[in-house]
Amino acid sequence: MADAEPLSSILDSAAGVLLVGGALLSLAAAVGLVRFPDALSRLHAATKPQILGLVLVVVALALSQRSWSALLLLTPVIVLQMLTAPISAHMVGRAGYRTGDFDASTLVVDELAADVADAGRSDLPGSAEPTDRATRRSPRLDASAEPSGEA
Amino acid sequence: MTDREPRVLERERVPIRQQLPLLIALVLLWMTLWGSVAPLTILTGVIVALLVTRALYLPPVALSGRFHLGWMLAFLVRFAADLVVASFEVAWYAFRPRGVSRNAVIRVDLTTRSDLVLTGTALAVSLVPGSVVLEVDRPNSVLYVHSLGVDSPERVERTRAHVLDYERRLLRAIGSPEEWEAVR
Repeated sequence: MADAEPLSSILDSAAGVLLVGGALLSLAAAVGLVRFPDALSRLHAATKPQILGLVLVVVALALSQRSWSALLLLTPVIVLQMLTAPISAHMVGRAGYRTGDFDASTLVVDELAADVADAGRSDLPGSAEPTDRATRRSPRLDASAEPSGEA
Repeated sequence: MTDREPRVLERERVPIRQQLPLLIALVLLWMTLWGSVAPLTILTGVIVALLVTRALYLPPVALSGRFHLGWMLAFLVRFAADLVVASFEVAWYAFRPRGVSRNAVIRVDLTTRSDLVLTGTALAVSLVPGSVVLEVDRPNSVLYVHSLGVDSPERVERTRAHVLDYERRLLRAIGSPEEWEAVR
């Protein structure tokens, strides 16, 4: 019956290929999760390959559904994933680095450690102490060309 | 010291006109989630959007007032290409026999002073596999990037140049005219 509509069978095959591709990328993520040496490198496996994997799966769904309502529902899936995945990765990475939960011997260079040492504090440079909020804002206000209400 | 935070929030209240793009996007998202364009959906969408933006307050985003559609598309195409290439690269790292043993934390000094460009660059860097932003120094616009499979000084420099390249492309699309001139 699919032969009656060559276009739809082509689209269905494409969807199948994309689904397999997405599944393989997710498999790679799982393998990386096991094989990578420390928390920070596992983070790459945990957050990254399945962004493309998810995109492939969603595109496959759109190709097989071929309806506007499906497309409208699938678009936010990708957009929201792309907005939230970096944030969760950043939070985990930041926490992992701060708690020393990584294998420093795998790092060829660590330019963050040098800067933390320079700061002469155990704090990391981006740490948001409520007390420095005012001082942290000021260089930006000076540097920006935009007029500010409080200037 | 504790009274500082609420005061800052109070002072930075954004005019509704500047929030409009966000509100419209939220209403559109609400409509897609319901899958309907009925007036009632739009009305409840507006109410929910207002509630959300009031209850979960975010600092205002300063737009540069410049937007170049062509360069934005160029940025997105380049980003998509990188996403595909790097996804398979990381997948290969996971499967290859020797795995991954060398990584690097790289400091990248961005030139921009704009929160939006800083965030956009960090977002793009984080989405492309093999690099994740560990720490952000916002006053100085510095990103600390953890990069996977970096085994030589050349790779370190290449990664740094790569992040700067993203910033440049983003500035070309949405940067203020002065900032775009500065990195041109």
